[in-house]
Amino acid sequence: MSTINADEVARLAALARIDLTPEETDRLAGDLDVIVQSVATVSEVAGDDVPATSHPIPLTNVLRDDVVGQTLPLEDILAQAPQAEDGQFAVPQILGEEQ
Amino acid sequence: MTDLTRLTAADLAERLRSGEVTSVEATQAHLDRIAAVDGPVHAFLHINSEEALATAADVDARRAAGEDLHELAGVPIAVKDVVVTKDQVTTAGSKILDGWIPPYDATLVEKLRAAGMPILGKTNMDEFAMGSSTEHSAYGPTRNPWDLDRIPGGSGGGSAAAVAAYEAPLAIGTDTGGSIRQPAAVTGTVGVKPTYGSVSRYGLIALASSLDQAGPCSRTVLDSALLHDVIGGHDPRDSTSLPEPAPSYADAARAGATGDLTGVRVGVVRELGGEGYQPGVRASFEASLDHLRAAGAEVVEVSCPSFSAALAAYYLILPSEASSNLAKFDGMRFGLRVEPAEGPVTAERVMAATRGAGFGPEVKRRIILGTYALSAGYYDAYYGSAQKVRTLIQRDFAAAFEAADVLVSPTAPTTAFRFGEKVDDPMAMYLNDVATIPANLAGIPGLSLPSGLSDDGLPVGFQVLAPARADERLYRVGAALETRLLAAAGGAGVLADAPELETLTDTTEAAR
Repeated sequence: MSTINADEVARLAALARIDLTPEETDRLAGDLDVIVQSVATVSEVAGDDVPATSHPIPLTNVLRDDVVGQTLPLEDILAQAPQAEDGQFAVPQILGEEQ
Repeated sequence: MTDLTRLTAADLAERLRSGEVTSVEATQAHLDRIAAVDGPVHAFLHINSEEALATAADVDARRAAGEDLHELAGVPIAVKDVVVTKDQVTTAGSKILDGWIPPYDATLVEKLRAAGMPILGKTNMDEFAMGSSTEHSAYGPTRNPWDLDRIPGGSGGGSAAAVAAYEAPLAIGTDTGGSIRQPAAVTGTVGVKPTYGSVSRYGLIALASSLDQAGPCSRTVLDSALLHDVIGGHDPRDSTSLPEPAPSYADAARAGATGDLTGVRVGVVRELGGEGYQPGVRASFEASLDHLRAAGAEVVEVSCPSFSAALAAYYLILPSEASSNLAKFDGMRFGLRVEPAEGPVTAERVMAATRGAGFGPEVKRRIILGTYALSAGYYDAYYGSAQKVRTLIQRDFAAAFEAADVLVSPTAPTTAFRFGEKVDDPMAMYLNDVATIPANLAGIPGLSLPSGLSDDGLPVGFQVLAPARADERLYRVGAALETRLLAAAGGAGVLADAPELETLTDTTEAAR
């Protein structure tokens, strides 16, 4: 099993889009290393013949009729947005300058 | 005059029906109690006085007009802050949702409103339900009414403490790995995690979607059953909602309250006991087994060998699902938005700055753990293996339920621990849920009721587990044990042993 060091935490935090301070990164590296060692046993428990369970109660998905349903009023949704403009969410630019 | 806050929900409902008290009186009594004791307890994040009293007045008027009302109409309730309430602040215990006002109600909240139950407020919890102590709430911990230096359990410590401190007769909790049952155990109250799909998840801020389930918190088994009857049922807005109609759980609790369990087979799970369980917890558990035998139940031992891997599987599946579910907190459409201190202000960098500032340490820990478990090269070894363990646990339960109608164990290995004892040791914290997690992994229902006190004077929880879709067995067996325990204690419940909280009116010191 691999170990989790500060570089790995920084890589994962970037993937998860969470800014971490250097102190948080170091601390998480220690925590996660212990946790991962503790949970690593799962790979030794079940053999290849055991199927995976993704969902506790087996149900078949059912599609509803394709009719117009009720939606929430636009103004109620935008009222809680950090920023809104012209009936839409206002967001920062999606791409950086170099892109 | 009777203190209305000390009544069970069933008793209060009866007095409301008879006209002996009004819902406004009952709701006001609970709001007063909250004002008097919630400073130090901190079970509530938001109080909803005005709307609760308006609902109560409406119920009183409709009752006076002779309208046929729901059995629990007028009985006030507290709702965990992970459940969205229209026009009422909902934060899930996180700074990232500070001040967020949802534009809709969760399905279970719609059902509470339809039944005419005034919502007193929203209860404190570990941030996004990640924790076993409420120490991970961004708004400060809830304190255990039994001892204000101790944790009330988690994540639903606010709901359990509110019920234990007589701030509400009923509360809603959610249980992903024990967040209803473990707080119930350490506060001397009752809590039920229904079968997965029994209660709609629509409007629950998701932690781990394949594990989350909302359920009742109360001081008696019957009260939980009554509340389960209100909030349960099929919901077309939740694709995992069970389509078949459910029986009356209140009827099951009333049948159990006769105290007769003749012919019921009770299986003691060998792996959920013994090492790691406090001696006082074990002694209380053994005494309850004697009560079940005296009630006519046949107590057998069953073995679930795969449970030893349940905790490990859970702490891979939960963070994996949480890392995906919490991706929606991106600072774009609702909640907090933080711009980076320097450099270009792009959506990606705003998202990272927002989440860095808005999430607490445990949430960051679990999202990053989940990101790791799902990342290329590790998926099969971690998430894939954990899902196989889930299959093994389901098989263990299936075999155990061949030999027994219900399974039992202590709800938690220890009584309430002190603040700070485990907050810096994630694995020690995670071990609190060792007896409750298997039920979530298998989707089966579980109930915790107080079985007495440990040698440290703190309450102990007794867990009952039933097969999926057989929640009524929890209520029957739980109510029977409750009846026997009450009779043995001369009619006084476990909470009668809890110290009285200081109230604002009888101490000036509390007004600090």
